[in-house]
Amino acid sequence: MSVGWYWAVGGLRRAVALGAFLALAAFILGPLLTLLLWAFAGSWLFPNLLPEFSLKWWAYVLGNADVTKAIRMSFLSAPAATLLSAVICIPAAYAFARLEFPGRRVLLLSFLSANAFPKIGLYVSIATLLYRLNLMDTFAGVVLIQVINTLLFMIWIPTGTFRGINRNLEEAARDVGAGPLRTFFQVTLPIALPGLLVALLFAFLAAFDEAQGTLIVGTPNHITMPVMMYTLVLSYPQPVGAVFSVLLSLPSLVFLLVAQRYLRAGYLAAGYSL
Amino acid sequence: MARLSLRHLSKRFGTHAAVHDLTLDVADGELMCLLGPSGCGKTTTLRMIGGFAAPDAGDIQINGRSVVALPPERRPTAMVFQRYNLWPHMTAAQNIAFGLRLRRLPRGQIEAKVRDALGLVGLPGAGHKYPHQLSGGEQQRVAVARALVLEPQILLLDEPFSNLDARLRVHMREEVKQLQRAVGITTVFVTHDQEEALTIADRIAVMKDGVLQQVDTPAALYARPRTLFVADFIGTMNLLPARIEAGAVAAGPWRLPAAGGLRPHGGEATLAVRPEDLVLDPAGAPVRVRRVVNLGHYLQVLLECPGVAPLRMFTEKGASLEEGQGVRVRISRALLFSGPDVAELGGPMRPPVAAPAEAP
Ligand SMILES: Nc1ncnc2c1ncn2[C@@H]1O[C@H](COP(=O)(O)OP(=O)(O)OP(=O)(O)O)[C@@H](O)[C@H]1O
Ligand SMILES: [Mg+2]
Repeated sequence: MSVGWYWAVGGLRRAVALGAFLALAAFILGPLLTLLLWAFAGSWLFPNLLPEFSLKWWAYVLGNADVTKAIRMSFLSAPAATLLSAVICIPAAYAFARLEFPGRRVLLLSFLSANAFPKIGLYVSIATLLYRLNLMDTFAGVVLIQVINTLLFMIWIPTGTFRGINRNLEEAARDVGAGPLRTFFQVTLPIALPGLLVALLFAFLAAFDEAQGTLIVGTPNHITMPVMMYTLVLSYPQPVGAVFSVLLSLPSLVFLLVAQRYLRAGYLAAGYSL
Repeated sequence: MARLSLRHLSKRFGTHAAVHDLTLDVADGELMCLLGPSGCGKTTTLRMIGGFAAPDAGDIQINGRSVVALPPERRPTAMVFQRYNLWPHMTAAQNIAFGLRLRRLPRGQIEAKVRDALGLVGLPGAGHKYPHQLSGGEQQRVAVARALVLEPQILLLDEPFSNLDARLRVHMREEVKQLQRAVGITTVFVTHDQEEALTIADRIAVMKDGVLQQVDTPAALYARPRTLFVADFIGTMNLLPARIEAGAVAAGPWRLPAAGGLRPHGGEATLAVRPEDLVLDPAGAPVRVRRVVNLGHYLQVLLECPGVAPLRMFTEKGASLEEGQGVRVRISRALLFSGPDVAELGGPMRPPVAAPAEAP
């Protein structure tokens, strides 16, 4: 066989490496492939190794009013939560990175603490607050609960990113005549962009995947895809769940492709002082 | 054009005074070097002039007008930083053009100015390159171009050539000096390299621990240092413990006649002798040659003398000296530091050009 040379040349180390690689690939890609198979499967009868290709489950899922509503809800609330989070957190992160003020460390840690404890308690107490504010079962309520989930990423990653940008670069911009705002938008922000993109990606996924809090705050009328998933898994045929999972992973895929383009830009490392 | 005047400037970080009561005047078109060991407050001083650090006390005036209240973007200064100068997301040309675009110059004019500036620093083809595609030296040159293109009244350079190799550093130093002469721009140049300072400065301000020690021309600084620190820091200097006696100064095997008026401050004093002021003379004191180093057009001789640390002597190449040989050496000129007083002893001052600076 043609693999003979491989063993002859490579020896044991290569064999082990290849084995590990295949195992890893199977471990990661296996479930994904199964999902894809299920999502595009028509009837899958006994002697056939592969099911026949069909979009019928897609038609079924996308034709279900409850499901499309959840999809719409997810694709509206998660970007809204990410944007809101960015608008609040990026300036805060800049302040954490650049300003020395009393309580800075404690405040920074408090953003971590939101993720350090079981969330369900936090969600319940927030729910009582939202109830008083008449925000239960509203779009705004869902967005708020998702924002909470993004805070960790949108504070910590940008703070680190801004810290890594040498102050001289900002001072040089001031020196040639740019004011503080222009310096931020034309120098700091573009240099920080790769780091901020990573933060946006994580924040979006955190918001998009959020189910616990949304379930508490959004039912019955503001259901997102992950929440819908609970119902689907229990009461619909298996391929529906697969189709849904593929839909759920689409945003991450798109985001990864976009981010990768930016992350490859050559200047990435140059502005950071290590 | 522009006079710069620093008045009793102070800056402290916590309890540590980075700059203390610094008063300095830089004349129009002058190239002033701030020279001193690492951590003596040079960068801090420059940052206060540029507007990046607020002085705790004192005033900064440009053409007689105080600028301490102005943010950096409103000061007529341009700075080249020690490190991290160029914006990594812009090409060299965009870096240089940034300040011009802020001034809303027409496109064509910006392009012409950028081209000229790049030519000026010897990088005519580098406009389209990103900083990470340029060497450290090229980046510093683009930074100089970016500062010059705005035609600032005062140019601030913070060790701009510290990460260049020795040859390029000497070359760039000459270039900047020429440029500065041609444009006539008032310049403050920070360096811890005394050779750099001695070769390009009109005047040098020597700092130590945040305190200004002496401001003088390179020649005067070399010939007449006013403190022991400056004497030791500039050029090569032999320091000998000395005793002030009636009408004379005793140091090692030498006794130097001293004109009256020397006040003994507890009798402790230090005699500072340049290597070229030690001369071979049959009437001198007996010493022994320990080592001879040929430094090209002159010899550096290490002398062993009774009672003092080895002394360095510069002498002409013709002298036939062998290691271990006994010779007689005279001190032709010296400075005596005694408490706050400085006294010149011996013959006429030597021109400093003959004195090679310490080899790097
Ligand atoms: N932001 C700061 N916070 C605290 N201390 C500082 C700060 N900046 C400078 N210092 C201290 O002030 C002193 C002077 O620093 P400065 O950077 O002016 O030195 P320098 O003469 O430029 O030295 P070098 O030749 O190494 O660049 C140093 O002791 C330094 O530790
Ligand atoms: Mg410095």
